[in-house]
Amino acid sequence: MKFGIVVFPGSNCDHDCYHAVKHVLGQEAAFIWHANPDLNGCDALIVPGGFSYGDYLRAGAMAAISPALTEIKAFVKRGNPVIGICNGFQILLESGILPGAMIRNKDLRFICKDTFLRVENNNSKFTNKFNDKKLISLPIAHAEGSYYADAEELKRLEGEGRVLFRYADKEGNVSNDTNPNGSLLNIAGILNKEGNALGMMPHPERSMESIVGNEDGRLIFESMIEAVS
Amino acid sequence: MKKAKIHVMLKEGVLDPQGKAAHKSLESLGYKGIEGVRIGKYIEVTLADDADGDRDKLVREMCQRLLSNPVIENYEIEWEK
Repeated sequence: MKFGIVVFPGSNCDHDCYHAVKHVLGQEAAFIWHANPDLNGCDALIVPGGFSYGDYLRAGAMAAISPALTEIKAFVKRGNPVIGICNGFQILLESGILPGAMIRNKDLRFICKDTFLRVENNNSKFTNKFNDKKLISLPIAHAEGSYYADAEELKRLEGEGRVLFRYADKEGNVSNDTNPNGSLLNIAGILNKEGNALGMMPHPERSMESIVGNEDGRLIFESMIEAVS
Repeated sequence: MKKAKIHVMLKEGVLDPQGKAAHKSLESLGYKGIEGVRIGKYIEVTLADDADGDRDKLVREMCQRLLSNPVIENYEIEWEK
């Protein structure tokens, strides 16, 4: 299987994603420069984290109108899996592939720490390898991760099982106290309506090997591989 | 209609942590009776003299497509002659 990793000026998690799928999981991987996006041969895409275009105007706003996004939208429409991580999530929101928007963290700080995530739906293209695992731990690293959508949209996301991950404590409880950034309903990751595009603020590519203390991120990429095969 | 002065503000009901922080700081400076502080963006777009078409419509379109995010923000345009 071949993963394409879309690179914008200012992306900085692109090489981590490459390492994760290529060296840890033994899949094919290729960088795709945003200005001349050739997605031929890619089975899945990763829109990595970072600070595309310096976060000018709004995080992800400039990247969302780059040539790559036209191609990514068509790629999503054809039913292929796409994961947007951190700034990648913000880009998928700004481009309209996913509903809602990100605002500044409630305490205005850039937060870099491990979080526990409750897995709300283990029957998606990104969680089919989770089996009974209902709780994972992944790090977050962002300043604009407070998810916002209007009440109607939130109801739709909930009703359709499209909230995939929620910030929780180590027992899996979800409350205001376990919400690091002010995200509505503790949302950490959501799916598009068709279920083939995921946006998530936590970084699975940083939790791929026991040597770094945590392998929970593997499950997400392994699920994508399962979904494609 | 040469220069568009655009104010972009978070919609009512969208949490504005910057505004809240500034509000608290103003109170810690001793200012009383503040009901609220909201922080937004100010953008100027200057059009070329020979720009075609409906200038107001054009700048509105720019606001909707890039300069604001309609999910969380409203915008207002004021024209400088």
